[in-house]
Amino acid sequence: MKVTDKDVAYVAELANLELTEDERTGMLRDLNSILEYIDRLNELDTSDVLPMAQVSDRYGVDESRQGSARFAYASREDILEGLRKSLPHEEALANAPDADDDFFKVPKVIER
Amino acid sequence: MDLNLLTIDAARTAVQERKTTALALAEAHYARIKQEDGQIGAFLTLSKERALEQSDRIDRMAAEGKTLPPLGGVPVGIKDVMSTRGVRTTAGSKILEKYVPPYDCTAVARMEAAGAVVLGKMNCDEFAMGSSNENSAYHPVRNPRDLNRVPGGSSGGSAAAVAADMAVVTLGSDTGGSIRQPASFCGVVGLMPTYGRVSRYGLIAFASSLDHIGPLAKTVKDAAIVLRTIAGRDLMDSTSADVPVPDYVAELDKPVRGMKLGVATEYFGDGLDDEVRQAVETAIDKLKGLGCEIVPVSLPHTPYAIPTYYLIATAEASSNLARFDGVRYGHRARGVKTLSEMYRRSRDEGFGAEVKRRIMLGTYALSAGYYDAYYLKAQKVRTLLTRDFDQAFRKVDAIVTPTSPTAAFRLGEKSNDPLAMYLADIYTVTADLAGIPGISVPCGETKEKLPIGLQILGKHFDEGTILRVAHAFEQG
Repeated sequence: MKVTDKDVAYVAELANLELTEDERTGMLRDLNSILEYIDRLNELDTSDVLPMAQVSDRYGVDESRQGSARFAYASREDILEGLRKSLPHEEALANAPDADDDFFKVPKVIER
Repeated sequence: MDLNLLTIDAARTAVQERKTTALALAEAHYARIKQEDGQIGAFLTLSKERALEQSDRIDRMAAEGKTLPPLGGVPVGIKDVMSTRGVRTTAGSKILEKYVPPYDCTAVARMEAAGAVVLGKMNCDEFAMGSSNENSAYHPVRNPRDLNRVPGGSSGGSAAAVAADMAVVTLGSDTGGSIRQPASFCGVVGLMPTYGRVSRYGLIAFASSLDHIGPLAKTVKDAAIVLRTIAGRDLMDSTSADVPVPDYVAELDKPVRGMKLGVATEYFGDGLDDEVRQAVETAIDKLKGLGCEIVPVSLPHTPYAIPTYYLIATAEASSNLARFDGVRYGHRARGVKTLSEMYRRSRDEGFGAEVKRRIMLGTYALSAGYYDAYYLKAQKVRTLLTRDFDQAFRKVDAIVTPTSPTAAFRLGEKSNDPLAMYLADIYTVTADLAGIPGISVPCGETKEKLPIGLQILGKHFDEGTILRVAHAFEQG
């Protein structure tokens, strides 16, 4: 078993999940079974292979350019015309579980 | 004229020529939904007000003798992962049960600008995570061909609605096969365009380097019309490609004679159902009969696609879903005392089992000490998988495969075994990883009358070719 109870608790904390006792037991079983299957990737020697983060690294880019210049197509002028305008306050706050006229409200973060 | 059996052109022409109205079309589809959807479950929300407003606009245009846009009056459905201004958008999750977006997804806006009438929002697996639509937090979707079977996923509602004539076309999303696999299970056409071909602005993100929007339709031509409508650069999505959009409809009637089609043994190995194999082999023979040349190709890294996909997709999902914290939108747990307790409990209560599983796997793969062994390793194998296609496409114009190893399975059959469920995507995930386009077209049925799909994969930004092959196959 690769993943232990302790790992599940630690990863849940990183992911801002709590999980019930039952969920943790199921998670332990499922993660180990999936990771065991994933281990087949180690059959491949990838020491000379470059990682691929996204498809746009490889297609539609100007190969003669280097670094961020290759992705020039992805940038645009900082304009308002033709783009969506900023949302008015009340619209931006309309879906909030708790808000006043100006702000999202959350439980107190700092104790006095 | 049966208003529920029209293609896009037939519907638009009927409205244009005043043989029917956009309103009558919408009402016929709502009637069908009322009659059928109680048992199928394809819709999560109906947007009647919006649909009536749009059909009224189209009917006035027709009455004034103005030429209708390409989708004028055509009733459509939108997968519930795409934002619709003023219409509830849940992503199939309880965490967004009451979420009403303040803006429209670009693809939806382009559909409406082209005259489409949005009937409502389609059921799907929660955050598009699933292959059977059983992970919807609301209710599963049932396959219209056999109500004991799944429609596939995650765009199960989108596929079922088209199959049951509750919409002319729908939009779905595909991250690992979520358009093509349900299209195959329900016997409709499903097209995943090239990565970057269609803007994702307003699509609720699952895995950003893999997410695509595309159509599910009754015919290849309808899929081509929708792609032509939604494709192209969008300033609101920096990953949308600045590549000219050809007239995909005009591509359809170009000849396929002499075209080279690759067949890879890796897609016909263990786990492929015999009836599916037979149907796909018959389909390949038919394409040969149409003058295509069949060329063997090798995609040797195919067996590594599923593990690669489930590391990359979950890693990206764990990051994308961090935004659901109960602050700006979505569910917030009651009675919490601290901010951190609010985050944890809101997410615990709002997310379903599969979403939590994927967030956990992705967080684990990205965590200190495991990043190189899992996430980085998967990114490197992604390069190898993509190179396989690069090499194959030097020899062939397109590649034909089964869409899924089996026809639609029974509800509950795989829901307790995540790994078995993941393997339903074995023939579809690699195209998402490589960013190439793919289409599924119906190619027969099993003895139990369940649809089988033929998948055609193409080169980057070469949707024209796969649409052309699919169209020739469909018509031939």
